[in-house]
Amino acid sequence: MSTSTLRVQAISGHSGAAPGAGTQRGERVAKLIDTTTCIGCKACEVACLEWNDLPFRDTFFDNTYQTMPETAWNYWNLIQFREHTNADGTLQWLMRKDQCMHCAEPGCLMACPADGAIVQYQNGIVDFQQEYCIGCQYCVAGCPFNIPKFNPATKKMFKCTLCTDRVSQGLEPACIKACPTGCLHFGAKEDMTALAESRAAQLRQHGGHKNAGVYDPAGVGGASVMYVLHDVTNPEAYGGLPKNPRVPLSVKLWKGPLKWLGNLAMVGGLLGVTLHYLRFGPKHVDEKERV
Amino acid sequence: MILRYTMLERAIHWLSALTYMYVLATGLAFYSPHLYWVAAILGGGPTSRFWHPWIALIFVATVVWMLRTWLADMRITDSDRAWGRAMDRYVRNEDQDLPPIDRFNLGQKYFFWTMLSAAVVLLATGAAMWFPALLPLGVRPVVILVHVAAALITVGAFIIHVYMGTAVVRGGFSSIIRGEVSPAWARTHHRLWYHRVTGK
Repeated sequence: MSTSTLRVQAISGHSGAAPGAGTQRGERVAKLIDTTTCIGCKACEVACLEWNDLPFRDTFFDNTYQTMPETAWNYWNLIQFREHTNADGTLQWLMRKDQCMHCAEPGCLMACPADGAIVQYQNGIVDFQQEYCIGCQYCVAGCPFNIPKFNPATKKMFKCTLCTDRVSQGLEPACIKACPTGCLHFGAKEDMTALAESRAAQLRQHGGHKNAGVYDPAGVGGASVMYVLHDVTNPEAYGGLPKNPRVPLSVKLWKGPLKWLGNLAMVGGLLGVTLHYLRFGPKHVDEKERV
Repeated sequence: MILRYTMLERAIHWLSALTYMYVLATGLAFYSPHLYWVAAILGGGPTSRFWHPWIALIFVATVVWMLRTWLADMRITDSDRAWGRAMDRYVRNEDQDLPPIDRFNLGQKYFFWTMLSAAVVLLATGAAMWFPALLPLGVRPVVILVHVAAALITVGAFIIHVYMGTAVVRGGFSSIIRGEVSPAWARTHHRLWYHRVTGK
């Protein structure tokens, strides 16, 4: 969470400028996931459960090294494991840490009807406030990454918080802390973007991955979670990472033009019948009419 | 007096009306942030969200019952079509020489069929929205869009129905409460039905 309002600007009785005064660092934070150095050890999965005090749950064996098919309401961080056959016939293990992307234009937030149930902090973190959540699951429809999950017992939605409680105290998210290979990075969005680009360039020039690149989807305004992929032209190979995710058009229609059209029609209808009554009034029955 | 609606018909009508108004009110709360306070009045967001689909099931059941009971009365006939061609005069309350009609007029029949079709769409999309995780990713938001559009159509129909039944056609409201209408009322508004039930 942003602590920029508490950044010291001037200090009494202090020789020289206040340390850090006038520094203008971007407030947006980002998590960078370098899939090329991930070994799929799942330390991040365990760290996520431990820090967020989520219970260990049954895993689901699906003939793969993956813990379960998809994230769950109490399992926010999942390594997607895929055996990928390259064009030249060689086999590649693709491991991608799957969690909320913390989009700059979050579809979940746009779709949510409950006041205060989803907030986006200035630092880019998108967080669910369960006390205001009504469990309608509209966020499920708004999310292009299939991330919000429903707890049927409490009827509330859950997902990765980007450890907002840790970040607000100047700590990195728990998954970052646990990563043994250093494939996970956390910091200012601009720093992470620069790091990602230099790593992608390194992979292209020296790693033999001609299509290596950074995944920071523009369709959702960029995200606070980014990937370095061996082949950025084929993100689908990494377990359903959409090529060009965007907030669904139907959500934009529903929250935009249809809403105004509906409001107009409802108010127009009420106005119409009122005017009709003022002009024509009630119908009369002639009680004396002979049959 | 002539019996227009049996006790059972009246009871089902009001069950339908109350359940519809409940799903309308809670639905409007989810539809617009400016109407979210409606959910607060009705017990809060989670409570409204919990009951909305269950109460909606009762509403759909009443519509199905109406279909079964009123199917014969709701078929659109040639006399309805003749009446429909003169509907502009009916709207202007120039009712003297309107073609005679049976138990329901064309407007009521349109209302019935609109609500029935909307109920089918709302039931199908609503069931899908109840369990969105079972749907493919791309289909989920489309389902909500269709649900909202169908609901808005029922709102338009509902406004006209309530307005006609209470403000314009005097005697209509008491007929759906106490069940009876005067012979003159029946003659004026539903002449064919009047002849049929009185034998005159």
